[in-house]
Amino acid sequence: MEVRYDPEFEKQLAELGGADAKLCFQCGTCTASCPSGRRTSYRVRKLVRMAQLDMKEEIISNDELWMCSTCYTCVERCPRRVPIVDVIIALRNMAVADGHIKAAHKKTAENLYTMGHSVPINDDIKNMRKALGLPEVPPTVLSNQKAYEDLKVILDAAGFNEIVE
Amino acid sequence: MAKYAFFLGCIAPLRYPGVEKSTRVVCERLGIELVELDDASCCPAPGVIRAFSRTTWLAAAARNLALAEKMGLPILTICNGCYGSLFEAAHELNHNPEMLAKVNEVLAKIGMHYNGTTKVHHFAEVFYNEVGVEKIKAACTNPLNYGIATFYGCHFLKPGDVKDIDDPEDPKILDELVEATGCKSLPRKQKTLCCGSGGGLKAAFGDVAKEFTKTNLENIQASGAQFIVDVCPFCHLQFDSTQDALGFNIPVLHLSQLYGIAMGMSEEELGLSAHKVPVKL
Ligand code: SF4
Ligand code: SF4
Repeated sequence: MEVRYDPEFEKQLAELGGADAKLCFQCGTCTASCPSGRRTSYRVRKLVRMAQLDMKEEIISNDELWMCSTCYTCVERCPRRVPIVDVIIALRNMAVADGHIKAAHKKTAENLYTMGHSVPINDDIKNMRKALGLPEVPPTVLSNQKAYEDLKVILDAAGFNEIVE
Repeated sequence: MAKYAFFLGCIAPLRYPGVEKSTRVVCERLGIELVELDDASCCPAPGVIRAFSRTTWLAAAARNLALAEKMGLPILTICNGCYGSLFEAAHELNHNPEMLAKVNEVLAKIGMHYNGTTKVHHFAEVFYNEVGVEKIKAACTNPLNYGIATFYGCHFLKPGDVKDIDDPEDPKILDELVEATGCKSLPRKQKTLCCGSGGGLKAAFGDVAKEFTKTNLENIQASGAQFIVDVCPFCHLQFDSTQDALGFNIPVLHLSQLYGIAMGMSEEELGLSAHKVPVKL
């Protein structure tokens, strides 16, 4: 078998909070507990193994990376206390940095970037809020342009605009 | 009197405003003072934003935490997603000085600073630990007797080692909270199975998410429950919006709405018209 060693990937994985993938001893408890694996071809044990083997390209180009619902069942049960969800998030960060983004996720990110919330407000909701005696627009960034601009500065500083655009 | 900065999030105020309204009324009845956390944003959504860029997610969450810190108040959330996101961000920033310093460099651009002191709470945890079941019973002036399927969701109790609220594999607190109204929490199979909507799964692979929901609905139907009671507007949305397509018809209530009913709030005040599965009391 070809030996793959990608120190850059290992360094990135560690920086993003996924270093403890190396603790996994492949018992399969995670896959056996995984509600997504029960319904799809996604196998979390295999994903952790691929991370140990530096198989970056195979991981980030595969849709299965996005099939975890972050339910934490596997994390609760892992006998090696691998922070599996953190590993998955780290791998997803790498996938996004390399341009692997689902259109629906991009939409949520755009909503945050353009409104400060993950879903838009609309007239029906405004009317419903008013009828309930709530402010028509909630007292969040939606009510304060300066606060929204502040949030945008933070998102830009972290390079979020490049992902969204 | 217990006092909290009220974190609204997105789905409650912008999709189910009745959840926000019920929380406000119920907290007042229970002696919890909610102060507006003005200018807050999305938590931001852990499923998508944290998956896109952990740094961005952390910096934007830090802004919300810093707003509450300035008020000198702990945060109260009414959503597992907001709770999971802000709790995890606070846990990291309050314990990792290096990361805190990094985030503060970003916050400095808008003249803000976070000292790492904000505590983040889930409303059901506050109801259970701070108010207590006995006091809730006494506040339920309109006792109920429905059969209920309690739905904990994932990020209320998990990861259990850092949250330490209840046993995530066999939790009891929501059942006790529901039974304080006079209702009966009915046992069922796979009570802790995820609703399917988290982690960006619903957005990217909605059909897979629905398969999770369907199993839950089958188990709930078999239990004979008349209502599903959740503690998360995102689980709430998933159960409420998929039942038509999945061929089920079990009304969904957020715990604050169940309490609202038991405390005599009117149907209008509970904002039930936003629900797709009709709620008949
Ligand atoms: S449960 Fe933990 S140790 Fe076992 S295969 Fe999964 S990640 Fe590895
Ligand atoms: S957190 Fe993800 S990988 Fe783990 S059991 Fe849940 S869906 Fe599966």
